[in-house]
Amino acid sequence: MSVAKKVAVLKGGASLERTVSLRSGARVQAALSRRGHEVLALDAGPELLAQLQESSPDAAFVAMHGRDGEDGTLQGLLETIGVPYTGSGPAACMRCTDKVLAKYLMREAGIPTPEFTAFKESAVKDLGVGAALGDIESLLGLPMVVKPASQGSALGVKFARTSEELPAAIVGALSYDRKALIERYVPGRDLAVSVLDGVGGNDQKGPPASPGPPLALPVVEAIPREEDFYNYESRYEIGMTTFVCPAELDAATTARAQELALDVYRLLGCHGVARVDLMLDEHSDELLVLEANVVPGLTETSLLPLAADAAGVEFDELIERILASAFTR
Amino acid sequence: VRYRAVMRGQDDRRRTRPAAHELARYEALFAARTRGMKSSAMREMMALTERPDVISLAGGLPDTSTFAPELFAKLMSQVAAESTARALQYGPTEGLQATVECIVEVMAAEGTVVDPSEVIVTTGGQQVIDLVCKTLIDPGDVIVAEAPTYPGAVPTFSAYQAAVEQIEMDADGMPIDALESALDRLQSQGRRPKFIYTIPNFQNPSGVTMSLARRRRLVEVARERELLVLEDNPYGLLRYEGEPLPTLYSLDAEAAGRGGVSDLVIYLGTFSKILSPGLRLGWAVAPRAVLEKLNLGKQGADLCSSPLTQLFVATYFKECDWREYIETLCSLYRRRRDVMVQALGEHLGGRAKWTTPEGGLFVWAALEDGIDTTDLLARAEGVAFVPGRAAYADGRSGSSSMRLNFAGVPDDDIREAIRRIGRIMGAETGLLGTLTGSAAAEPASAESPSSAPAPETQLDERVSLADVVPLPRREPQQRPRRQQDL
Repeated sequence: MSVAKKVAVLKGGASLERTVSLRSGARVQAALSRRGHEVLALDAGPELLAQLQESSPDAAFVAMHGRDGEDGTLQGLLETIGVPYTGSGPAACMRCTDKVLAKYLMREAGIPTPEFTAFKESAVKDLGVGAALGDIESLLGLPMVVKPASQGSALGVKFARTSEELPAAIVGALSYDRKALIERYVPGRDLAVSVLDGVGGNDQKGPPASPGPPLALPVVEAIPREEDFYNYESRYEIGMTTFVCPAELDAATTARAQELALDVYRLLGCHGVARVDLMLDEHSDELLVLEANVVPGLTETSLLPLAADAAGVEFDELIERILASAFTR
Repeated sequence: VRYRAVMRGQDDRRRTRPAAHELARYEALFAARTRGMKSSAMREMMALTERPDVISLAGGLPDTSTFAPELFAKLMSQVAAESTARALQYGPTEGLQATVECIVEVMAAEGTVVDPSEVIVTTGGQQVIDLVCKTLIDPGDVIVAEAPTYPGAVPTFSAYQAAVEQIEMDADGMPIDALESALDRLQSQGRRPKFIYTIPNFQNPSGVTMSLARRRRLVEVARERELLVLEDNPYGLLRYEGEPLPTLYSLDAEAAGRGGVSDLVIYLGTFSKILSPGLRLGWAVAPRAVLEKLNLGKQGADLCSSPLTQLFVATYFKECDWREYIETLCSLYRRRRDVMVQALGEHLGGRAKWTTPEGGLFVWAALEDGIDTTDLLARAEGVAFVPGRAAYADGRSGSSSMRLNFAGVPDDDIREAIRRIGRIMGAETGLLGTLTGSAAAEPASAESPSSAPAPETQLDERVSLADVVPLPRREPQQRPRRQQDL
């Protein structure tokens, strides 16, 4: 066992993923307690930083999804007040949370990602985006997927099947974020590869000072149970979607998906843990990276625990391992 | 810490402990019906609106601050002095006799005569919906409901795995010819609906009232086809204008000619809107055979409704003029309705359409197509409402509509909330207009109430609700699959 730590579990907050975050956080708390750590549960609110200063924990376990928790804001503030924390640093959080930035970086690095375009709400009026809608359609084809640039959930994700549906889809996405991402729709299989930092060194007495090389966990495939859109509801409710792990893929595709996930993890500068979402294009059999998530869900229906489990890393061990990332930055 | 090496690719150890992951473990144990039980994105969003700086028009709340605390204290003391032991004890499943007598009195005030032996006291009106489904619905059975329908009934219907067939309403409520075509279609598919769910007065969420002609015709259709009707009537006594209309229960009783007893209508009533939802007391009046099943279902659910609150109601009815309190509520809510309708004209005039209910708690507003009210809620700063989708079993239709509660909110808050809705809607329509190049979608000036549809005439003109409030029934879209955990 590692040395017992005083760990503040940061959860909740005011994002649209608050409920999911509370569920993730509760499970993290239970796991940390079972591992003998002293747990301080903090539902993020106006007193959060004061609470952290007052309690001065050995580490903060970030279980906040969405705005503030995942976009680098919290991470930057934790560095300012000198509290070590789990997962990626501010810059990596920003690179991943801003799907548009992540996609531009992937494109530059030659990592395949669906064709896309993006713009801020202000550009609609100030630059007259309306004039380019035709070009967007020619570039991406129909249907298109419109997403808020930084929303972690499926809220605001719209599908434009026709040219007529595109403006409303854009306006819908812009309700959740200042920036909208418009992406070519890739029909095919939904895959996710979680990446964990490796264990650095063999010191049995305390956590290692630097992480080992990142390792990709087995691929998870999400198969919607019903004909319906794989929506927000089904994502978090047991029984709405079937998850298969390891995904039934040939060895080469599996290896390629894991390789891409590791490439993205390194490219975006992730630390500790991340989950990379991909599509396997049913027409071209090509793997395309959609996005990376720096604070993956840890609920009973989340993909990271499922993948870890399939790799023989049980939940408590997974949590311990993510905790270690606070000390290996 | 010693970690096992993480293998790339397939891991054979997985197969030796298939139940290891919690997801798989619980999934195997859950009943099939839980698949229909969903938490929704909308609920996530609604949870975020529960902040002090947000004016919420989302609740189905009456204004309980109108009940004098001194009176509450006096009545509770009286319950304690007269019947502490009974109040703290279990009671009969069908309810206390004294409470049933109050129910008979309330129904008589709406012109409906009922036999006390056909009444069952329930834990809120919501329990009636649950018990009726429990009694009548097998998985896949059809319930015919109005479109839009009571958002709180949707999860109950889903939990019993009912297929919900919704009939678009117009300004006179559910069009019975549309109902009949739907019933014919269902019959040709070999599917027989078990019951028709309707809220005839000031419907939740639309605010629409079913006309007398349609009430009569609905009862005829039910009798011709031997179908049960669940008449949900929480607001009937909260009428602010116009003449009260007979309940479906009384019309059916008349048609049945059995001395005031209906044989196809299950009537749902509640004290929630005329007295207090915190009491959790409602009731059902049902044909005896159905009533027996409801009673058995209730025994399994909660044995009995709270004798404490039942005694409170009985004492209240004995000591006070309950009609007078309803009059107080009516004059308060009438004013608030007027405030809301006026504010809508001022801030949304020409850009949205809405109903002007003759009673009840809700106004239903439809924005221009292309504005999704669920998204609008995300953009909304400091105001909350119920997005229209909540009122549709498919979770998709009604996406440009919203339900607004005027009863539980003070006048100034109503004005401010509608102003905020107007502002965010202006932002959305402005964007949409800029994108599509249509100048008409620019935010309208707040000073243009003249462009509003004349709300007072909407219902009188007997135009189709579809004209007043477009409620497009969209085909379920086959959405592309999308995957991403958090």
